[in-house]
Amino acid sequence: MRVGLAPSWWSHVEMGPPDPILGVTEAFKRDTNAKKMNLGVGAYRDDNGKPFVLNSVRKAEAQIAAKKMDKEYLPIAGLAEFNKASAELALGDTNEVIKSGRYVTVQTISGTGSLRVGASFLQRFFKYSRDVYLPKPSWGNHTPIFRDAGMQLHAYRYYDPKTCGFDFAGALDDISKIPEQSVILFHACAHNPTGVDPRPEQWKELAAVVKKRNLFAFFDMAYQGFASGDINRDSWAVRHFIEQGINVVLSQSYAKNMGLYGERVGAFSVICKDVDEAKRVESQLKILIRPMYSNPPVNGARIASAILTSPDLSSCSSWVTKSQHAWHHLVEIQTGMRSFPSLSF
Amino acid sequence: AAYRTDEGQPWVLPVVKKVEQKIANDASLNHEYLPILGLPEFRANASRIALGEDSRAIKENRVGGVQCLGGTGALRIGAEFLRRWYNGNNNTTTPVYISSPSWENHNSVFVNAGFKDIRAYRYWDAAKRGLDLEGLLEDMESAPEFSIFILHACAHNPTGTDPTLEQWKQIAAVMKRRFLFPFFDSAYQGFASGCLDRDAWAVRYFVSEGFELFCAQSFSKNFGLYNERVGNLSVVGKDTDNVQRVLSQMEKIVRTIWSNPPSQGARIVATTLTCPQLFAEWKDNVKTMADRVLLMRSELRARLQALGTPGTWNHITEQIGMFSFTGLNPKQVEYMIKEKHIYLMASGRINMCGLTTKNLDYVASSIHEAVTKFQ
Repeated sequence: MRVGLAPSWWSHVEMGPPDPILGVTEAFKRDTNAKKMNLGVGAYRDDNGKPFVLNSVRKAEAQIAAKKMDKEYLPIAGLAEFNKASAELALGDTNEVIKSGRYVTVQTISGTGSLRVGASFLQRFFKYSRDVYLPKPSWGNHTPIFRDAGMQLHAYRYYDPKTCGFDFAGALDDISKIPEQSVILFHACAHNPTGVDPRPEQWKELAAVVKKRNLFAFFDMAYQGFASGDINRDSWAVRHFIEQGINVVLSQSYAKNMGLYGERVGAFSVICKDVDEAKRVESQLKILIRPMYSNPPVNGARIASAILTSPDLSSCSSWVTKSQHAWHHLVEIQTGMRSFPSLSF
Repeated sequence: AAYRTDEGQPWVLPVVKKVEQKIANDASLNHEYLPILGLPEFRANASRIALGEDSRAIKENRVGGVQCLGGTGALRIGAEFLRRWYNGNNNTTTPVYISSPSWENHNSVFVNAGFKDIRAYRYWDAAKRGLDLEGLLEDMESAPEFSIFILHACAHNPTGTDPTLEQWKQIAAVMKRRFLFPFFDSAYQGFASGCLDRDAWAVRYFVSEGFELFCAQSFSKNFGLYNERVGNLSVVGKDTDNVQRVLSQMEKIVRTIWSNPPSQGARIVATTLTCPQLFAEWKDNVKTMADRVLLMRSELRARLQALGTPGTWNHITEQIGMFSFTGLNPKQVEYMIKEKHIYLMASGRINMCGLTTKNLDYVASSIHEAVTKFQ
């Protein structure tokens, strides 16, 4: 052992760069200037620039506290009521997939955790390809997540800087050339970072080419309800793909639409051929999760589940609209939380 | 494996209920993201609990904490870091030694972090129902230099058998001479003996001997916060600069697994550890749990001895923590399960928390029957 003047095990460890997104908030916190403002991280702020806790969240928390529940471990796959409610939120509770049970949903550590579980699952079980195609640009953390999980990253055209809009022709062109059976990732709504989404007719054509090329569709939905104010509208693309017979996988986050950021609430779903396949997939997801963190945290999942399943808390007009209330004016210009000015970078 | 009261019920610690109420009533708190490495007050105080108030390493500012999802999360982040940065860059061939037996998930954690060479080091001596110190030290002597050793800080899972203080000193001496890396798994601090300092003795000894080490801490058992996933990876380095660089790389690893950790559990622990009154109350709650387990141990042993059950039963009280390796063989275990409806692991491991004043007699007589019927 190196003692005293002997060198450290870590002498060769380089100082890592600050995180491109979260590092902005840390720099903001260190700044002592009175005029400072943080337009970096994707977290909602009210008109006073303050974090906002939804009323429905506060109500749910009070309900939960009154029940005096225990702190026993959740199952590896998480809170069952939450998982079911999350799938129903994404697909609609009358969806054929929900009714037949040909899906599995596991609770994850918000959107990041969901993407990582999904990426790891693909690395282990998707025999056909290591290639994942992301829209250009995409959320900065997508690339390191998939890379750390052992996948290879590529891009398809998405944002057109000339129009500050969706490069539909470019996207179709690129996607039609992606090798068959590759993995392609789509932002279900409120594309991060551009705020630019395909229109329904465009989604239809995208689904058609995905089907034709036999591509594996991975949806990242971090803003359902938050984008347009309408739960069903925001998940239209996901539901359409499934209707077209494409068995997608889906990551959901409740960080933004329920303001539960630090509680780390998310879900990962796999649409399967049948119930039997869903059970087998679930068993393998659990085997992946166990050596990561054993089982997920309960607090946020209980809150989300309470909101999604209780009639008075869950009515769309209540938690969704309130999470959206200050953003109506932005919806006309861009979708969702982000505005992508045409700055070059 | 979770603590149970004498009524066989889960137990939310009174101090936890109090603190949760405090948090619920605090209108200034929100659900914003924590930093990537977690709640600063949690990290610092969690490390302080492990290393001690008077820790020289803390005073010298060469300790860092990474808030993780339970003990499992802390082990995984530590393992991911070691695979990337220990013994070269991305050296997946560094041997990782896990005790035989150990918690089953240890193996998966290191395999999934990318290590290719996982080995066992001798630990449990079934014949003498105790620590195989000779075998353990031999395995350390013959391990390749720079091998990583997973050490249970206290209350070894599943055997309940810990090295004595003198034995820890011998272990440390060999590890120092052979350049072996200590990765402590501390899931039961306070829960094992009822005393936080006593249960942290081994970790602190290694630190005082100048080791750089990792310590994966869980607050699942000692705070009863199982489902909130509260853990801390304490990093002890040579100096501040090394620790800072290590933490910056930990951030990159955390970012692609969970981005930032959940806030609820960390807030509860931080609030408790930073308020003297709550801290005292917590230590008392921990002692309540530890004392009940110790009582069940002595009561079970006393009954087996009174019944004249063949064999020696002092290991029941010499072992420590939640689990006991009873020494029951597979046939005896099968009898317990099938005929007596007492469920235990095939290894003969029982969770002492499952014993109550109401079932002690039944369990003791069942063990007696199993042992006398099957040899």
